[in-house]
Amino acid sequence: MKFGIQINEGPYNHEASVSALNFVRAALDAGHEIFRVFFYHDGVNNGTRYTTPPQDDINIVNSWSELAEKHNLDLVVCVAAAQRRGIVDEGEQERNGKDGNNIAPGFRISGLGQLIEAGIQSDRLVVFGD
Amino acid sequence: MSDIKKFMYINTKAPYGTIYAWESLEVVLIGAAFEQEVSMAFIGDGVYQIAKGQDTSDLGVKNFSPTYSALGDYDVNKIYVEKESLEARGLTLDDLLGLKYEDEDDDWAEKDSIRVVSSTELAEILEQQEVVFSF
Repeated sequence: MKFGIQINEGPYNHEASVSALNFVRAALDAGHEIFRVFFYHDGVNNGTRYTTPPQDDINIVNSWSELAEKHNLDLVVCVAAAQRRGIVDEGEQERNGKDGNNIAPGFRISGLGQLIEAGIQSDRLVVFGD
Repeated sequence: MSDIKKFMYINTKAPYGTIYAWESLEVVLIGAAFEQEVSMAFIGDGVYQIAKGQDTSDLGVKNFSPTYSALGDYDVNKIYVEKESLEARGLTLDDLLGLKYEDEDDDWAEKDSIRVVSSTELAEILEQQEVVFSF
């Protein structure tokens, strides 16, 4: 089965992202396909490489990046939600005249159309959040 | 393959206090360009999103409720409001925005977009959906 994943909450503050990580790992292990993971609302905060949790805690951002590299996942951060919350890639840095960027490896910033497309193309869209 | 699916956007949260309602509406408006079969549902505190007479001047945040009136122009005209959620909050249909659309199959007659349905009816409607977003 082909899954689309939507994550609506940031890391640490809410369990949504870790639940989604566990779900995606289990789905891949069972031979399913992940069409795309779309980060929306505060979920965009899963995509900053500046996250530095204590060493004895899980690094949620790195976990996504590593999983994306291993399974060639498409991790998409919503551009409108990202702009509000300061998640920036090189393109956004240039467009908005910022002095740096913070997007984590394996993530890309794109529009809400990517979420709609995930709904159309996937057999199931699974939303993580309240 | 057919790329037309039944999309349902469920709105469960009050319009202000958190950004969910506003960012949900942004998804609906962007999604309208994809010409899917779209419905929206308002349940729980979500019914306040389409309440009439919203005034945010003392809050210092944008009143985005006028944007809901544009939904009809985006062909989003199946808007379900759960009866029990209205009743629990002392609200009736008259307390909600008069959202309308022009029915192209009926000589562009202006019709109401909002339908108040019981939780049982809403469950049946949800059963028919293919893509369900919840905000």
